[in-house]
Amino acid sequence: MSLDIAPPPDRIGVVEPPTRGPLARRPAWLSQHIGTAAIGAVAGYALGHYLGNTIASGYVHVQTAAENDLAVVLGLALGVVGWLLGIGVFNYPIAKMFGRKPAEVPEAANWTRYVRMSLDHKTVGLQYLIAVFTFLFTGGLLAMAIRTELLSPTSHIYGPGTYISIVGEHGTIMMMMASSLVVGPLGNWLVPLMIGSRRMAFPRIEAASFWIFSSGYFVILTALPLGGFPTGWTGYAPLQTQADVGMDAYLVGFFVIGTGMILAGFNLLVTVIHYRAPGLTWGRVPVFVWSIIATSALLALATPTLAVACYFGILDRTATTQLYVNIHGGNSYLWEDLFWFFGHPEVYIMALPGFGIVAEILPVFTRKPLFGYRVATAGMIGVALLSFFVWQHHLFQSGIDPAMRPLFMLTTELISIPTGFIYLVGMGTLWKAKIRFEVPMLFALALYFNFLLGGVSGVFLSDVPVNVTVHGGFFVLSHFHYTIMGGLVFGFFAGVYYWTPKLTGKMLNKKLGKLHFWAMFIFFNLTFFPMFLIGLFDQPRRVFEYANRLQTLNDFASVCAFLLGASFLIFVVNFVWSVFINPVATAPANPWGSKGLEWQTPTPVPPYNFERIPVVLSDPYTYGEVGAPPVADLTGAAFATVGAPPRPVDGGSGAHTYPPAGGPGQDQ
Amino acid sequence: MAIVLGMFAVVLVLVVFAAMSFVGSEPATVDFASGHHGGSVTLVAQTDGAVGTGAHPTWVSYQVKTPSTHKWVHTTLWQLPEHTKINVTIYQFDSGGPLRNQHWGQVTGTDGTTATRTTGTTFKIINGTTSKTPIGHTFTVPALGINVPLMGVTTSKKNFCTSGPCTPTKQLNHKVTFSFTTPGPGNYHFQCFIPCGAGHVFGNGGPMQTLGYMGGFLEVMA
Amino acid sequence: MSQVVGGDGAVGSVPVDEQGGRRPNHVWRIVGIWVVLSVVGDLVFWFVAGPHVPPGTMTTTASGAQFDFNVLFVVALPVILGVWTYLVYAIVMWRASRWVGEGDPVRGPTARSNLKVQVAWIVTTTITVLAMFVFGTVELIVPAGAGGAEGPNPVWTPASKSILPIQVIAQQWQFTYRYPTFGGMETNNLIVPNDTTIAFHVTSLDVIHSFWAYQLGVKADANPSVDDVAYTKTRQTGTVTIRCSELCGIWHGAMFDYGKVVSKAEFMKWGIATEKALAANTKNLPPFAWTYVPDANGASGVYADTSGQAPYSKTQKYGATKAAQKIVKSPTTVTTTATATSSTATATSATTSTATSAIRKLTRQASGTTL
Repeated sequence: MSLDIAPPPDRIGVVEPPTRGPLARRPAWLSQHIGTAAIGAVAGYALGHYLGNTIASGYVHVQTAAENDLAVVLGLALGVVGWLLGIGVFNYPIAKMFGRKPAEVPEAANWTRYVRMSLDHKTVGLQYLIAVFTFLFTGGLLAMAIRTELLSPTSHIYGPGTYISIVGEHGTIMMMMASSLVVGPLGNWLVPLMIGSRRMAFPRIEAASFWIFSSGYFVILTALPLGGFPTGWTGYAPLQTQADVGMDAYLVGFFVIGTGMILAGFNLLVTVIHYRAPGLTWGRVPVFVWSIIATSALLALATPTLAVACYFGILDRTATTQLYVNIHGGNSYLWEDLFWFFGHPEVYIMALPGFGIVAEILPVFTRKPLFGYRVATAGMIGVALLSFFVWQHHLFQSGIDPAMRPLFMLTTELISIPTGFIYLVGMGTLWKAKIRFEVPMLFALALYFNFLLGGVSGVFLSDVPVNVTVHGGFFVLSHFHYTIMGGLVFGFFAGVYYWTPKLTGKMLNKKLGKLHFWAMFIFFNLTFFPMFLIGLFDQPRRVFEYANRLQTLNDFASVCAFLLGASFLIFVVNFVWSVFINPVATAPANPWGSKGLEWQTPTPVPPYNFERIPVVLSDPYTYGEVGAPPVADLTGAAFATVGAPPRPVDGGSGAHTYPPAGGPGQDQ
Repeated sequence: MAIVLGMFAVVLVLVVFAAMSFVGSEPATVDFASGHHGGSVTLVAQTDGAVGTGAHPTWVSYQVKTPSTHKWVHTTLWQLPEHTKINVTIYQFDSGGPLRNQHWGQVTGTDGTTATRTTGTTFKIINGTTSKTPIGHTFTVPALGINVPLMGVTTSKKNFCTSGPCTPTKQLNHKVTFSFTTPGPGNYHFQCFIPCGAGHVFGNGGPMQTLGYMGGFLEVMA
Repeated sequence: MSQVVGGDGAVGSVPVDEQGGRRPNHVWRIVGIWVVLSVVGDLVFWFVAGPHVPPGTMTTTASGAQFDFNVLFVVALPVILGVWTYLVYAIVMWRASRWVGEGDPVRGPTARSNLKVQVAWIVTTTITVLAMFVFGTVELIVPAGAGGAEGPNPVWTPASKSILPIQVIAQQWQFTYRYPTFGGMETNNLIVPNDTTIAFHVTSLDVIHSFWAYQLGVKADANPSVDDVAYTKTRQTGTVTIRCSELCGIWHGAMFDYGKVVSKAEFMKWGIATEKALAANTKNLPPFAWTYVPDANGASGVYADTSGQAPYSKTQKYGATKAAQKIVKSPTTVTTTATATSSTATATSATTSTATSAIRKLTRQASGTTL
C-alpha cells in the first residue's frame, strides 16, 4: 500500500490557478450564519412562490383546484437554494467561477462555529448530532400524537386528515432522521479519526450535505401548514398525485434529503478509500468503518432512485405528466417499484451502522478481540449487496407477476444469512468474555435482543402465504420498529454513550444512563411487542378506527409508548446536565480503555486530529493479546517500517510475545 | 453552547406550536343532540358548488343550519342524539354530472328506502349515467348503509347560486328530504361518492379529503 | 488482587469457576437449557396457541396461512430461544465481577476466529433458510397462490372447474362487489357460498386500495385499470371482516365492512332475490368488465369498460352518457347469458342440490368465458 497521507491543511502541491487576488474578508456584520440562511430561505420561498404563480396560475387544474403546486414546489426548492446561499455553501464555487480566490474564513473559536458553515468534520459531526436529535424528538412527539388518537377505537382527537398527516410526518421525519442518524454525526465525526486522517475527502461537500439535510427538516415540516399529506411515508401514487399541496413538501423534502444523502455517502466512501493512514490495510479497518463503507455505498447507489421517483412525482403534480396515473399511459406500479428499489436498501442504510457500532463496542467491554472480523465485514457487504435484490417483497400482494414471488421470497430469506453473521460475531465475542456492564454495553446487548425479534418476524413477512395475513398491518409496523428502533436507535445510543466522552470531553452520568437504558428497553418492548398481536388480529396500518376488541391491547401499547417517550427525557436531562452544567465530570482521553485509534488522541481532539499522520500497526481489537503492538504509532517512530509486514512490537506488558499465527497480523 | 441549546429549544417550541395550530384547525361542531330525548330532530343542510368562502372558496362544501340560531355554518361535524329519527332536508345548489359508479345512484338506508323530491314525489333510484339526470353530490354514510343521491341543477339558469351560503327560497336548487334513525353512540363518517373535487386526479382530492367540505362525521351522542 | 496465569501461560485473568482446574462445559449447559426450552415452547405453541392463530380455518388459504405461520413459528422459536439462552448465559456467567485477576482475559487465537464454528454457523443458517424457502414455495403453489394477489394473469389456478367469480370494486372509500353470474349486479354486501372455490377479481376506480378479507385469508391490492385475481376455497360459514389495508386517503381507516360465508342454498336464495331487487339499478350499470376506466381528470366521470376504447381517442369523454352504453360487444354476452341462467335457477327453485348444480353451471359459464 502506498503512502496516501491526507494532504495537510496548507494544500502542499496544489497549484492554484492565477487569480485576481483574494476576496476581502467580510466584515463581521456581513458574515454568514444560520440567520442569513433563514433570510435566504424565506426570500427564496417568496421568489419561487411568485414565479410559480406567474407561470402556472392559468393552468386549468390550478384554477379548478385552487391549489398551485408549481408555486409551492418552486417556493420550497428556491427556499432550499436560498438557505444554502445564505449559509455560504456556494461561496467557494461562485468565487472560483469568477476567477477569484475565495476568502478564507477561519473556524470560529466559540460556539458560533456550530451555526456557521464549517469545514471541520468534528464540527459538522456535532451539527449533525443536534440535527438528528431535532428530527428524532419531533418524530417522537408525533408518535405520541398517533398513540393518543389510538387510545380509543371510535372517538377521535383529531380529524382523519390531521391524523393521516401526523402519521405521514412521523414516518417521513423518522425515515429522514434514521438514514443519517449514525452516518451523519458519528460517521462524519469518527471516520477520519478511525482511519487516521486529518479531514474528510471533500470538506465543502460534507458541509453542504449537512446544510441540505437540515433544510430538509423545514421543508418536510411545511407540509403541516400546507395542509398535510395523506399518503404516509411511502407516498403511494396515484393518491400522491391526487393529494393537496402538502404532498409537494413531502416530494421536495425527500428529494432534498436524498441529495444530501448521496453527497454524504460519496464523501464518506471516497474518504475511507483514499484517506486511510499508512498501515491501515483493509484487514485492519475498524468494523464500524466497514459498516459505514457498506452504508455509504447504499446511500450513493440507492438514493438516486428516490430522487428520480420524487422528481417524477413533482412532474406529475406540476406539469401533469401522469407518469404514475394508469389512465394516461403511466403506471401506479412505477412509484411502488422505484420507491422500494430505494426503500429496501434504505432499510439497511438504517440497520448496518447499528451493527457496526455494537461490533465496535463489544470487544471494548468484553476485553476480547472481535470474533470473526472477516465474517462481520462479509456480513455487512453481503447484506448491502443483497438489499438491491429484495424490493419486490413489499409488493407481494400488489398484483405483480406472480412468478416473481418465489424469487423474491428466496432473496429475502437469503438476506437473513449475512444478517446472521452479525449474531455469530456478537456471540463469538461474548464467549468466555469479561463483560463490563457500562451503559454503552447495555445498549449494544439490547440491540442483539431486539433485532432478533425484528429479524425473525421479517422471515414471517417474507413467506408469501403468511404475508397475506400480516402484510399492511400492525405486524409489519412492529417488525420494522423492532429493526430500526430496536436495532439502529439502540445502537445509536450505545454509540452516543460510548463516544460522547471523546465528542464533548464530558462523561455522561452512569446512573442516569442506566435508568435511561432500562426505561427505554422495557417500554420499547412493551410498546411494540403487543403490536405484533394487534397486527395478527387484523388491524391495518395508519387507521384511525379499529375494532373495539383491540382496545385493551392498543391502550396498553399507547401507555407504554408514552413511558417510552418519557425515557428519552432522562437522556436529555443526562446529556444537558453532564455536558453543559456539571463542571466536574471531565472525561479522560480514553475512559473505556479502548484500543481504537480515535481514543488514542487527546481530548479535546486538536483541530487537525493528528499532529503527525499515525502509522497503523494493528487492528484495534488486540485485547488480551500479550505482546500485541499498539494500534498505531502516533509519534512517527515506525514511519520507516510502512510497507513491510507489521511486526509485533513489544507492548511492554510482559515478556511473552504472542504467536504471530493468531496474532494481529492474521486478518490482513 | 447554552445558546445553541436555547436555539434548539426555540426550534422545538416552534415545531410544537406549528403542530398544535395544525391540530386545532378542525371545523366547528354543530350540536343537534342536546335537548332532544325522543321525538325527532330536523337537520337542514345545503350543498354548494364552487361558491364558498374561507380557505378554499373554489371547493364544494356542505353548510348546515344550526338548530338554535338557524344560521348556515360551514361544517360537516354534526352531533346527533342516539336512537332518534332524523329528518334531513338537503338543498342541492351545485351543478351535476354523471356518477362514477351507478351503485351510488340508489337510495338506501333511509326510512322506507326512499327520499322525497321538491315536488313531493318519492324516488328510489336516479340513473346517474345520463345527462338528463345529472347528480351533484351523494349523501352517504357507509357504516349505516345510508346513501341518497342529490340531483344537480343547471348552471345556465339565471338564479344559479354563485356565492354561498345560498338561499333556498331565492336560488335554484333541488330539495331532497329523507329520514333515518340513528344507531347507538359512535362516530359515523359521511362522504360524497361523486368525484366532485375538481382539479384533483380522479376528482377525489381537495374537498373530498377535507373535513368541513365534502367529508364529515355524524357524531351520535349517548 | 494478584495476577493469575492463564491457560497458555500468559498474564491475564480467568473466571471464578475455571480456577483450580475445574472447567465447566459451557456448550453442553447452553445446549441443554436451549433444548428443554425449545421443546417445551414449541409443543406449547403448537398444541395450545397453534389452532387459534389468525386468520383461522374458514378457507383453504386461511388454514394454509395458519399452518405456515405455525411451522415458521416452531422453527423460529428455537432460534430466538437459542440466542436468548446464550446471551443470558453469557451475561450471568461471564460478567466481570465473576473474574479473578487483573487485566484482560487471554483467550488465544480461537478468540479471533474459529473455522469450525463459522462453517457450522453458515451451513446451518443456509440450510434453514433454503428449507424455509422450499416450504414457503410449496405452500404458495398448493392452495393456488395462497390467497394472495396474482395479478391479471395468475400462474397458479385452482383445479376446480366451477369457480365463482366475484368482482371487488374499490373506490374511495368503500368496497362494492359485482356478481357477474347474477346479472352483473353490484352490491355492497359480500356474501359468498360455503364449500366453493372463489376467484376475487379486485380492481379500483381511483387510487390503490387493498382488499383484505381477513378470515378468508385473502389479500389483493386494488389497482386502477388492473384486474388483480386471488383465489380461495371456503370451508366454514361465518362472518368475514373486510378492511382496506393500503392507505387510500383520509377515510382509509373507515373503509371496512363485513361479509358472510353462507350455505350454498342460502347463497342462491340471496343471490336470486338480490339480483331481482337490484335489477332496476343493474340496467343502469355499465356492462360487466374486468376493469373500468375512471376519468382521471377531475370532477366527473362514470366508470366504463376498457375494451374497445383507444386510450387517447378524441371522443373519449367519460363524463358523457353514451360511453358506457356504446361498448357492449363481448362482455354483455357474459352478463346476458348469466342473467338468463339465473332466472332459470329461480324457476327450478332453490333446494340445495339444484342450487349447487346451478352455481356450478353459472360459474362454469363465467369461468369458461373469462378465465
